[in-house]
Amino acid sequence: MKLYEYEAKEIFSKYGMPTPKGELATSPKQARDIATRLGVPVVIKAQVLVSGRGKAGGILFAGSPLETEILTRRLLDMKIKATGVRSVLVEEKLTIRNELYFGITTDRSSQSYVAIASSEGGMDIEEVATAMPEKIVKILITPLYGFRSHHARQIARRLGYAGNQLHGLTRIFIQLYKVAMDYDAELIEINPLVETAEGKFVVADARLLIDDNALYRHPEYKERLVQERTELSPKEIEAQKNGLAYVTLDGNIGVIGNGAGLVMATLDVVQLYGGNPANFLDVGGGASADKMALALDLVLSDPKVEVVFVNILGGITRCDEVAKGILEAKKRIGFVKPMVIRLVGTNEEEGRKILTEAGIHVLDSMEEAAVKAVEMVKSGG
Amino acid sequence: MKLLGLFVGRDTRVVVQGITGTQGRFHTRLMLDYGTKIVAGVTPGKGGTQVCDVPVFDTVEEAVEEHEANASIIFVPASFAADACFEGIEAGLKVLVVITERIPVRDAVEVMAYAKREGVVVVVGPNTPGVIVPGECKLGIMPAHVFRSGVVGVASRSGTLTYEIASGLSVVGLGQSTCVGLGGDPIVGLSFVDMLRRFGEDEQTKGVALIGEIGGNLEELAAEFVGSGGFGKPVVAFVAGRTAPIGKRMGHAGAIVMGRAGTAQSKVEAFLEAGVRVAERPSDVARILVGELGR
Repeated sequence: MKLYEYEAKEIFSKYGMPTPKGELATSPKQARDIATRLGVPVVIKAQVLVSGRGKAGGILFAGSPLETEILTRRLLDMKIKATGVRSVLVEEKLTIRNELYFGITTDRSSQSYVAIASSEGGMDIEEVATAMPEKIVKILITPLYGFRSHHARQIARRLGYAGNQLHGLTRIFIQLYKVAMDYDAELIEINPLVETAEGKFVVADARLLIDDNALYRHPEYKERLVQERTELSPKEIEAQKNGLAYVTLDGNIGVIGNGAGLVMATLDVVQLYGGNPANFLDVGGGASADKMALALDLVLSDPKVEVVFVNILGGITRCDEVAKGILEAKKRIGFVKPMVIRLVGTNEEEGRKILTEAGIHVLDSMEEAAVKAVEMVKSGG
Repeated sequence: MKLLGLFVGRDTRVVVQGITGTQGRFHTRLMLDYGTKIVAGVTPGKGGTQVCDVPVFDTVEEAVEEHEANASIIFVPASFAADACFEGIEAGLKVLVVITERIPVRDAVEVMAYAKREGVVVVVGPNTPGVIVPGECKLGIMPAHVFRSGVVGVASRSGTLTYEIASGLSVVGLGQSTCVGLGGDPIVGLSFVDMLRRFGEDEQTKGVALIGEIGGNLEELAAEFVGSGGFGKPVVAFVAGRTAPIGKRMGHAGAIVMGRAGTAQSKVEAFLEAGVRVAERPSDVARILVGELGR
């Protein structure tokens, strides 16, 4: 789960990291009052969860409270990558001498966390890593030993700092690691970490992604989850509630399968044969007839879907249950769209029998089925 | 204790952690039917009972002391799974197969570090379908009927897609030596490189199928390993998720493309550069291996 910049900054500040003075505003008037209180100039930052906010014009500077009000109205009216802006963070404008980067994330190849720092902050760290790999400092963290002060000092020194500045950075790095562990961060970043004209360090932007699987340890975000759900489409909410992994794509062939890898491979094969998938839908292991019917319901009700391709390889999932689910969906909503069904594995014979008796043709190769689905779309169903 | 296969085999003595749960019970039955030597089960508070005639203990320690268990398969819920892993490691088990999904990353990281320190042979998973040595033993939840004893080593990040490809290998008569699900999570105990090293030393394995997907860089590292001459047997790779959009999780926690890292394209290119053949469709894996190995 992604936290907003202002939420992350509140946490960072609680952990003693220096953050700019500022407040959250949900209306232009409120923003104006904050600017009056803080003193100008201020920076106004749209609070959205998508990245690339700066490039999309989501960060503006104002020289007066009135300008703050006008610019805030503009931000609250805009959409950034199709996401509406509900609030802005109004902060004191920093005088910048240098922009650094510091972050901690998981590293799959070492099965651990890695601390990453750079003297080239303010831009996408992946871009820095590609264009100037020599500007990246990385320290692998041994989880049972942790990220310690000497690691932090080592990083600060490699970024070119000494004396009091080295100590200032060390403190920020150590505290960020504490937040990362306490909040089960999948990714935590300060970008940029600003060195001000006075030589102090300030967290200018903050990013914190909490591991979804660890949310049970952070009950304070339960409500946030509900809130976030309102940003999903009703169909995606319905899918989530019922344990279906559903992602909408922009094609016209609805795809349902069991197992993430198999569904991804099905999408790939559909595309290989010139088709265009409308969605990813994984019913998971051991799907019941009910779950299967619900999955079909979801896909069939998507207006852009012209043909549905069901690809099931039964393991824990039983083909007879899947077949019953397909019939159930037929009863409930009718087959409003043509379907291609591939069904093999556990209880395959029973499953085929159920469907064949209902007049539904079943295929046994996923490629053959993909070809057929693509043909059906091309011939207009 | 000799372990047949790569790290589990006919003589592996298995304890099922979380044996009294629905999943634990169901798969204990299926694993026993397959011939897996399940010597004990563990569920705290249920010691003294039995599941499928297997004695249940409160602690792994007892299972090791009384029945010389040396491997474990774990079905306990995510919030208790790390503790179960630590318990297994401390009791001296050499193999942990972690079926549980949705384990927090921080827990997984700590388990892996502890396992390495204690010299555990291997942690498979988490979020894995398990390991099968066809005809010998199965520590997992995969449908046994798609597997046949044979010559292809299979390592995969997926579940059902593995069954799809394994089934293809069985049909053409190649079969599998050992089939391992690495797991669908971002942090897993085994990498493709670990498996290539083991398959390289295994006499039964004549060729290898690697089944990857988007996210992370395990595939790229495997390509590098093969490209640098680290592996002498034929390898075929399949990468799922060529059509996946950036930033959307495709079911698995580990299957997400962040920025430019972990795209299918990067993986496919890395394999091709290393001279690893890449299957475009799942069925091509068996077809290509037949060409390389004969039937």
